[in-house]
Amino acid sequence: MTSITRAEVEHLARLARLELSDDEIDHYAGQLDVILQSVARVSEVAGADIPPTSHPIPMVNVFREDISRPGLAREDIAAGAPAWEDDRFRVPRILDEE
Amino acid sequence: MAVMEDDLVRQDAATLASAIARGEVSSEEVTRAHLDRIAEVDGEVHAFLHVLNDEAMESARAIDARRAAGERLGPLAGVPLALKDVLTMTGVPTTCGSRILEGWRPPYDSTVVERLRAADVVILGKTNMDEFAMGSSTEHSAYGPTRNPWDLERIPGGSGGGSAAALAAFEAPLAIGTDTGGSIRQPASVTGTVGVKPTYGGVSRYGLVALASSLDQPGPCARTVLDTALLHAAIAGHDPRDSTSIQAPVPDVVAAARQADVRGMRVGLVRELSGEGYQTGVSQRFDEAVKILTDLGAEVVEVSCPNFEYALAAYYLILPSEASSNLARFDGMRYGLREGDDGARSVEEVMALTREAGFGPEVKRRIMIGTYALSSGYYDAYYGSAQKVRTLITRDFEAAFTQADVLISPTAPTTAFKIGDKVDDPLAMYLNDIATIPVNLAGNAAMSLPVGLAPEDGLPVGLQVMAPPMADDRLYRVGSALEAALVDRWGHLLIEEAPQL
Repeated sequence: MTSITRAEVEHLARLARLELSDDEIDHYAGQLDVILQSVARVSEVAGADIPPTSHPIPMVNVFREDISRPGLAREDIAAGAPAWEDDRFRVPRILDEE
Repeated sequence: MAVMEDDLVRQDAATLASAIARGEVSSEEVTRAHLDRIAEVDGEVHAFLHVLNDEAMESARAIDARRAAGERLGPLAGVPLALKDVLTMTGVPTTCGSRILEGWRPPYDSTVVERLRAADVVILGKTNMDEFAMGSSTEHSAYGPTRNPWDLERIPGGSGGGSAAALAAFEAPLAIGTDTGGSIRQPASVTGTVGVKPTYGGVSRYGLVALASSLDQPGPCARTVLDTALLHAAIAGHDPRDSTSIQAPVPDVVAAARQADVRGMRVGLVRELSGEGYQTGVSQRFDEAVKILTDLGAEVVEVSCPNFEYALAAYYLILPSEASSNLARFDGMRYGLREGDDGARSVEEVMALTREAGFGPEVKRRIMIGTYALSSGYYDAYYGSAQKVRTLITRDFEAAFTQADVLISPTAPTTAFKIGDKVDDPLAMYLNDIATIPVNLAGNAAMSLPVGLAPEDGLPVGLQVMAPPMADDRLYRVGSALEAALVDRWGHLLIEEAPQL
């Protein structure tokens, strides 16, 4: 397992949409490295013949009856929105300038 | 025997409920007493993020009126409860201990809240927690730490430190927690209270703000095993709005708690969850409890779960992976905080600024670990291997449960530590959950109950009982038998020894 660099933390922060400060990047680089080194030992016992478990109680095809039911009221949604305009969420521009 | 009015906050829920049912005291009086207690001590303890003063009194009066009109109400009707701030309640702030949800009022009830309302339980307010339930000390709350009522310089455990402290400070006789890796059991352990993580799928996750969806489980907390069972019965059961909810009858936990009999039960000591790393007084009180179980007629055997050694590592890959995905919803577009929306910045820039401002350090760490573990090139070595370890741990449990009906261990390796001791040392913090995590990975049910004070520091020690999936009733059989024997020995519940606030 490779150890984690400052550049990797910057990359992870970008992927995770976190605008970290320089101090934070330095601080987290050391901590993430320690954590990842420690958890890497899962591969010691994870043989090819062992099936993965994604869910503790296996269930397949859970259906409910297809009947309509009331959704949330528009004004209730608007009340929790950070910005609302013309009965819709107002969001910043979605394209970059360049 | 009539309940004394000045004592109301020290009564357990079952006693309060029957006093209310017999008309010896009203829900209004009981609720008032608890709200007064909160006003008196919560400045020091900080168990609550939001107190529902008017709403709680209103629902108490409505319950009293219905009873006066001759309506027959449920076994917890009129009893107050503290709700962890990770479950939605219509119109009531739900922050999850995070700035990113500050001021958000959900437009719907979680199923847990719906069932509490149906049971006529009075909800007093929302309790403090580590941000998005990430932590073992409640120090990672954006709104400041909760303090342990046994020693205000110490942590109340986490993430559900607020719910556990509310019980230990006699601010509420009942509380709701959620347990992803120990967040009900470890706080119960360090505050001398009782907490149960039901079988995964036993209590609906609808309206529970998700941390790690394959591990999260809401559950009951109280000061006695019977109260915990009564609350368990009130909130559990199939919910079509949660696709992972189990479609089977809830085990009869209340009958099991009343049975309180371990004769003939096989109790397994997990070899890997003892010894090195466990505080002396924790091991001592645990060993004494084992002796009591033997004296009560249980057959104690030693079992080995060799892969538990890898549980912590697997958990700290699976949890951050699921969390990094679940927390992607906090993007500042539809609810909660939005930062830096100046008309010039793009949506991506606003998202990154919002998440930077809204999330605390532990949340950022785990989001980045999860993002890393799920990256192409690392996925097989990290997340894929962790899922295989999860299989091995489940197999260890299955093998152990052929030799024993329940397994036991200390709940946490230490008693409550000092606030600030581990807050910026993630690995040291993660070790608090070493004994509780295997249960979440396998989906089993487990309880923590108090078994004494560690002689070296005078702080509570918890014992964990673990049962196979859907055998939650066994926890209560063992827990109530042990509790009765300890109360017999001490002359009172352990919580009675907590210092006056």
